[in-house]
Amino acid sequence: MRIALFATCLADTLFPEAAKATALLLERLGHEVVFPFEQTCCGQMHVNTGYQKDALPLVKRYVKTFDPYDVIVAPSGSCVGSIRHQHAMVAAKYGDAGLASRASSVGERTYELSELLIDVLKIEDVGAFYPHKVTYHPTCHSLRMTRVGDKPLRLLRQVRGLDLVELPAAEQCCGFGGTFAIKNAETSSAMLADKMTNIVSTGADVCSAGDASCLMHIGGGLSRLRSGVRTVHLAEILAATES
Amino acid sequence: MTTFLGMPATAPRGVGNLRGDQTFPEAAHDALGNDQMRRNLRHATTTIRGKSGKVIGELPDWQRLRDAGSAIKADVMARLPFLLEQLEQNVTAAGGIVHWAADANEANAIVTRLVKETGSDRVIKVKSMATQEIGLNEALEEAGIAPVETDLAELIVQLGHDKPSHILVPAIHRNRSEIREIFLREMPGVDPALTDDPPVLAAAARRYLRETFLSTTVAVSGANFAIADTGTLAVVESEGNGRMCLTLPDTLITVMGIEKVLPTWQDLEVFLQLLPRASTGERMNPYTTMWTGVTPGDGPQNFHLILLDNGRSAVLADEAGRSALHCIRCSACLNVCPVYERTGGHAYGSVYPGPIGAILSPQLTGIEDNASLPYASSLCGACFDACPVKIDIPSILVHLRNEVPHPRGERAAMKAAARIMDRPRLYASAQRAAKLARIAGRRGRGLPPPLTGWTASRDLPEMPSQTFRDWWAAR
Repeated sequence: MRIALFATCLADTLFPEAAKATALLLERLGHEVVFPFEQTCCGQMHVNTGYQKDALPLVKRYVKTFDPYDVIVAPSGSCVGSIRHQHAMVAAKYGDAGLASRASSVGERTYELSELLIDVLKIEDVGAFYPHKVTYHPTCHSLRMTRVGDKPLRLLRQVRGLDLVELPAAEQCCGFGGTFAIKNAETSSAMLADKMTNIVSTGADVCSAGDASCLMHIGGGLSRLRSGVRTVHLAEILAATES
Repeated sequence: MTTFLGMPATAPRGVGNLRGDQTFPEAAHDALGNDQMRRNLRHATTTIRGKSGKVIGELPDWQRLRDAGSAIKADVMARLPFLLEQLEQNVTAAGGIVHWAADANEANAIVTRLVKETGSDRVIKVKSMATQEIGLNEALEEAGIAPVETDLAELIVQLGHDKPSHILVPAIHRNRSEIREIFLREMPGVDPALTDDPPVLAAAARRYLRETFLSTTVAVSGANFAIADTGTLAVVESEGNGRMCLTLPDTLITVMGIEKVLPTWQDLEVFLQLLPRASTGERMNPYTTMWTGVTPGDGPQNFHLILLDNGRSAVLADEAGRSALHCIRCSACLNVCPVYERTGGHAYGSVYPGPIGAILSPQLTGIEDNASLPYASSLCGACFDACPVKIDIPSILVHLRNEVPHPRGERAAMKAAARIMDRPRLYASAQRAAKLARIAGRRGRGLPPPLTGWTASRDLPEMPSQTFRDWWAAR
């Protein structure tokens, strides 16, 4: 299958391993991956901080860049959530009805990685090997906006060598929330403290998630505390093989 | 021909409890440092979440009940003027007197006048958000009338000269040893040997309140629901204190937000299933009191209903935000909110805390007066899933953030970011420039304010040697 990759601005800039892993995994599974260079950012930061009008060009850019493709994937439940649930709203409000309907259509063709694998490519065992003790943070937008459910866990359970340990209070927010982490830095830190306590309590070597943004937050805290727990994107685990 | 009368007014300044003295981050700073309160809150919200989740899980049609609740409320908002006039007509026909209050000042003046006309200098109160919202207790005290809160938690708050911090459990920030201290200090005639055993504390409040119930002739209540079709008012509560207030006195004055009306008796069935399970985690509400006007020889012989606007029409005027009026004050969104659990209710500055408060308070007051509240959320979405009438709180938060007057520096930065992100070549060079800037600064410490908020407790990621797009182009 020909799949267009939306790397997301965060993974493109700061976490290229997550985007690389997404591309390499899909290629290993026999698919053609396309990376349109005109892509930048989905505009979620602008929408969620109160700058919807400024997000309009980014919505337009996303729609124009990805409209030619039947299947689009992003290694982020949060960006996919924004594309699916906010693009058409911004387009209708500041653009026009035509853009809004195209945005809806492109949104419907945009999948978070675990959705693409399970719902579209119908595969749960991606042939990965990852001999580590891993706990999984399901991320708020993956759960409650994109609604990926337990798909990431189903994929992880098939990974050879992987010891999956349950994260207590997994569904609680890590405190990132985009600019929330800056505007309400102290409340955000208090939420992060509890998330880190739960992660450390599992005894896992690795905390994984389907969003580089939450991992940047959790990883930033774990690193500051010298906790010895690493954060690794779901795509990197699924892309890892024995050879 | 129609005349445009202007947009509806928001809740006036200088009266009531919808505005705090500090912004949310400022107030949260103090709250987060209160270890005792955080322990109390964590324990209380975890307990309620567990209880509520369990009884909700028993209902196979919970999602359909939520849909029904949402649909009924949307219908009510669509024909609110008609339903309110129908309610007025039916309450009046049943012997009640209906008053219309445009705002907190009008409502407080009406209640004060009505109490004075009875000659009583004391009123007993049923727990009510509307009267907290308008600052009725303060207004009555100023007029020489003593309001006595009869809900146990409201009584704790009142005796402690404190403010409520939760819609349903206003003293949630207090634990039993703190409550014992408040009672010993403030409760008239309290036994000095009082312990902090919950049944002992409850018995002390009961003794104090029984005397008050029997010797007070005027009660003030709010209302959970009003049935337009029959003119019936409904109050749901757990302690029986409300039943006393609503049946014992000669005069009953009810202050009700105009959004509480329901079309028919049948609609109540949906909400009496939704409310107890979502709020207290009970299958059925313990005390449900309903009354229709005045019944000669039974219950209060004078009944006044005050229909309160206080900014509600302004909320109704905003298509994207109006579903905040669907709220049935169950508090489920507070109990699941990771922000509320850590900051408590006082940080929100308004009597409506938590996620619902973050969308309701700014709309009632006008967004300028509560500009930090729409940002008091990580947009995690737990509130939306918990809401028994399916208010899409995260979407309304995003909508309100779009209406907030933004700081100039932030506006400039966001505009610049959007401009760069709309130009892929510029974007790619900005990515490389960011890398150089990081090499120049020390890892994780070299950020200017307000970004220092991040680095206070979190490291920044290592800058990768190559962006994804550069890697892709080179492969």
